[in-house]
Amino acid sequence: MTGERQPPVIELVGISKSFGAVRANRDISLAVERGTIHGIVGENGAGKSTLMSILYGFYQADSGEIRVNGERRTIDSPDAAIAAGIGMVHQHFMLVDTFTALENVVLGAEGGLTLKHGLARARQALIDLERDYGLEVPLDEPVGELTVGQQQRLEILKALFRGADMLILDEPTGVLTPAEANHLFRILRQLKTQGRTVVLITHKLREIMSITDNVSVMRRGEMVETLATAQASPEKLAELMVGRRVLLRVDKSARAPERDILKVENLSIRDEDGVTRVNDVSFTVRAGEIVGIAGVADNGQSELLQALSGMRPFDAGTVTIDGHRLDPHASDNYRLREWGVAHVPEDRHRMGLVVPFEANENVLLGYHRERDYRRGPLLDRRAIIEDTARKMEKFDVRPSFPRLKTSLFSGGNQQKIVLAREIEHDPDLLLVGQPTRGVDIGAIEFIHRRLIELRDAGKAILLVSVELDEIQSLADRILVMFAGAIVGECAPGVSENELGMLMAGVTPGESA
Amino acid sequence: METLGALFLLLDSALRLSVPLLFACLAGLYSERSGVFDIGLEGKMLGAAFAAGAVAGVSGSAWLGVLAALAASLGLALLHGFACITHRGNQIVSGVAINILAVGLTAQLGATWFHQGGQTPSLSNDARLLGLDWPGAEQAAGVPAIGQFYSEVVSGHNVLVYLAYLAVLLTWWVIYRTRFGLRLRATGENPAAVDTAGISVTWMRYRAVACCGLLCGFAGAYLSVGQSAGFIRDMTAGKGFIALAALIFAKWRPVQAMGACFLFGLLDALAIRLQGVPLPGIGEVPVQFMQAVPYVLTVILLAGFVGRAVPPKAGGIPYTKDER
Amino acid sequence: MSAPLGEAPRWVTAVLLPALNVSAAFLVSGLVVLLIGEDPLEVVQLLLFGAFGFGEGIGYTLFYTTNFIFTGLAFAVAFHAGLFNIGAEGQAYIGGLGVALACLHLDFLPLAVLIPLALAGAAAFGAAWALLPGWLQAYRGSHVVITTIMFNFIAASVMVYLLVNVMSPPGSMQPESATFAEGARLPFLHDVLRALGFQAAASPLNLSFVWALICCALVWVLIWRTPLGYALRTLGANPTAAVYGGMSPRRLTVIAMLISGALAGSLAVNEIMGNQHRLILEFTAGYGFVGIAVALMGRSHPVGICLAALLFGALYQGGAELAFEKPQITRDMVVVIQGLIIFFAGALENLFRPRLVRLFTPRARQALLEEA
Repeated sequence: MTGERQPPVIELVGISKSFGAVRANRDISLAVERGTIHGIVGENGAGKSTLMSILYGFYQADSGEIRVNGERRTIDSPDAAIAAGIGMVHQHFMLVDTFTALENVVLGAEGGLTLKHGLARARQALIDLERDYGLEVPLDEPVGELTVGQQQRLEILKALFRGADMLILDEPTGVLTPAEANHLFRILRQLKTQGRTVVLITHKLREIMSITDNVSVMRRGEMVETLATAQASPEKLAELMVGRRVLLRVDKSARAPERDILKVENLSIRDEDGVTRVNDVSFTVRAGEIVGIAGVADNGQSELLQALSGMRPFDAGTVTIDGHRLDPHASDNYRLREWGVAHVPEDRHRMGLVVPFEANENVLLGYHRERDYRRGPLLDRRAIIEDTARKMEKFDVRPSFPRLKTSLFSGGNQQKIVLAREIEHDPDLLLVGQPTRGVDIGAIEFIHRRLIELRDAGKAILLVSVELDEIQSLADRILVMFAGAIVGECAPGVSENELGMLMAGVTPGESA
Repeated sequence: METLGALFLLLDSALRLSVPLLFACLAGLYSERSGVFDIGLEGKMLGAAFAAGAVAGVSGSAWLGVLAALAASLGLALLHGFACITHRGNQIVSGVAINILAVGLTAQLGATWFHQGGQTPSLSNDARLLGLDWPGAEQAAGVPAIGQFYSEVVSGHNVLVYLAYLAVLLTWWVIYRTRFGLRLRATGENPAAVDTAGISVTWMRYRAVACCGLLCGFAGAYLSVGQSAGFIRDMTAGKGFIALAALIFAKWRPVQAMGACFLFGLLDALAIRLQGVPLPGIGEVPVQFMQAVPYVLTVILLAGFVGRAVPPKAGGIPYTKDER
Repeated sequence: MSAPLGEAPRWVTAVLLPALNVSAAFLVSGLVVLLIGEDPLEVVQLLLFGAFGFGEGIGYTLFYTTNFIFTGLAFAVAFHAGLFNIGAEGQAYIGGLGVALACLHLDFLPLAVLIPLALAGAAAFGAAWALLPGWLQAYRGSHVVITTIMFNFIAASVMVYLLVNVMSPPGSMQPESATFAEGARLPFLHDVLRALGFQAAASPLNLSFVWALICCALVWVLIWRTPLGYALRTLGANPTAAVYGGMSPRRLTVIAMLISGALAGSLAVNEIMGNQHRLILEFTAGYGFVGIAVALMGRSHPVGICLAALLFGALYQGGAELAFEKPQITRDMVVVIQGLIIFFAGALENLFRPRLVRLFTPRARQALLEEA
């Protein structure tokens, strides 16, 4: 379906880029045909975003060249990329919250020294674009008040307004509800039929299969393969992404759950802006079981986990942990560890670690009041370092230097430090969020095994993950969250299809 | 018409006292709206006041003095930019350094060059910016109320007074109605958005800092060749910080900045006026109390008990493209 | 102590870098000296002699050093918790009130009892002046930088009012308190040394110097060896991780400001009880702001702070001698140098750092890490 003799819209030849010692892109070549939707998949850290940032002039490649419509171009700034007809929708939106949508669109393309005429002209052009592509965005409202979906459509409008012939979208559906994601896909197809080109960066294979024409797979900074989507299957892509066949199932024996450890009743959480993020949620987690919470990212799981770990106040309901009532104002979260709660947070860099600290100081995080680490009123440095060395050995953290700065460990090893700290304190309840995010395959298996061991030791585990495979292989029961509510409970043997329907907010019995 | 006359005198004096605050406040507005915090307004003003006093004293020309003030203040502003924009240094530390540097340099150079204990030579009227009498001011003085107002309050100021109030209008227009203003505001809120739109954050911030320097230059020049006849050690006496307070009070908006600066000028004028005068029912208000009011008001406002002052979101944070 | 792997050795960041920054500041200062027509080398000689060349000079140098240790520590403690307390000036000023009240009204007590009370008074008043900015930052989100600036000015107004209208003895026109009784003064160090049989030149150096060194040790223990210090550092490095770790950022913010204010207030013991023996106007003389430079140069570590404080102390004393010897140079020259040091060591710390770090990070270590 591509044009026969036409040169590719974009051709990257031999692109390499290093950040210090990290080689983010190695000798990458890629051709994107006009009028197609081209997917780029790869695990976190595979180098997708770096590559696209080079194409958008945000970074300079160390070597290699970029050709636009067959001609070699130097793209050394976003300005040059825009001039070459390249538009980009970043994962984190590049919008000024205090500006109106209209002002955001004209920023950088004001059409004169004063704003009056530019704004008027832009308004007309935007109304036309909105009509052509079904991009509904209120133009005169402050962007901070728009929904995430609207903000994303505004980003697309911005690119189109500046004459983008080719649009790059970086992980666009991570923050969208299924309905919004569908809306986005309709827009992308519309763009394609109008002859524009779309590059879609994602790690979700389902999206690749459903919307792209061609797909390129990246792994560890290298381009592994480019193939027509029709010739691909999710299994094949997954294999290409990770480099070998993935073991999706973990061996685990059946185990009868015991007494209730965590009891959540009618829990509701509103965020800082007063939006309800968790709505009347009730469930229990018993000793000796893993309860998995599945769902598309940003459907309330993060807020739930933070509330249960005492990091965030909640507005209604009760949380009982092994007989202790949790204070809704989150003022007693230091007590949770005394109650036997451990927490592996979703975002280890932001929450679980103090990256500039030495590894041993991170093993102390949350447990700095513990008697074992103290000598009188002072911290016992030697005991802390020795304990760290022991934990590092047990969890195979490499390199096993307790005095090494945490930032110098790889993502997988950092996560092992967090897990070692939390699991080794022998908790009765472990709250885990995205335990294998950004972690290499070897470490994933290790982490999964540890979680199963903990469960077999009779501990209660609440696992939140957006990776369906992970949930299905680890959990004894699966709860599905959608729009802040628990919309269903399934056994681990449930079909992916049924789980997907629940995650999209379609309850069984209703038609899709 | 005794009280009316007194009121006009007070307003006149408030107007004069508000001018350096207003220039410095608008200066801070440009810088902080672009995301570069500036607690060095005081230092730039002081440097400018010294330069104006020195050059006007030596050359005998007020306008050469003003030019020198602009140059000196611009230089300090660019120094701030070099540290905070180019080298991503801490904006607060840089501001503190510039304030201290300005105190030391003006006093030392003043002592070396003029041998008057840090002062610059007293300026003759030719080397100062004098008040301009507006047409008909003298005749109007006889007319009660309106005429008096015209001759006492409106007329008779030096050119910088009018320029300060013109600068408010100009700043409003620039900030809200021009391309530069749109980009400036965006840079202070979300520099990454500006960068991806193909605009250089560095260049935007340098221009903002330069605007800040020039306006502080006017503020300083007003002090030494307008309000006084020469430079005196530490003659800014915390005005840069009052301007900063006014900027917060105005929530970083130009017209409100004018209001805040006039209010603080009025407080200052009142403090002078009420010195040693017992008020009925209250008694004598200590002058220190009046001097502290702007700072206390600002703290109350910052505490969010009355309204809320939200600074530009990216303020104080150096912009780095790669987060690796 | 060996450096953690993968970074430049500690002596590079802790010694070489500050040395380089200070050298740059001195180089520019030398240009200013040239500009006013003096010989920079001669100036350096006079400065060094003034600061260290004779007993009295050394005494003065250490006296000023004491002030800078207190304000440097004050800034550093808040800085570890991620707070920018630039209100040491005001906190020290108000601290003076605490000292003066103790020395004026409790002078019937024996000195051994009065000294701890005066120390406590200085610390308590300084802390009290930092409490509100800390509380406002913690509970109302008002930026501590701005509120502490405002509090410096409010403190100045309060103190002028009190000294002129309240504390000035009847019949005196001087804006200062009555002079403390003999028994309510901190002993000079030269008196102590003479009592012990040593020879020492007379200078304002007094027992607060010892207290400053004790405070250094206490701060070191607090920051690196106590759970509270660990919590403060965690808050400074990653506030979200602090919440995760069961700490209360609000409580810690207030505590950090209280400790910081108490340290700043302690400066008043040196100046008021140790030297002036009465409460006077503006005795803080900018020491609070210089404390920022001291802390930044000393990398917020007590040992570094002591060294940086000594440098500034020497500058102050040497500068005074210099101004005496060279009429062309006033004490303001020292202020210029201070400003330049703050600029180079603080605002321009990124000028040399990246290059230096790259130069001194051994390849072997990096390679080792990549293997892992």
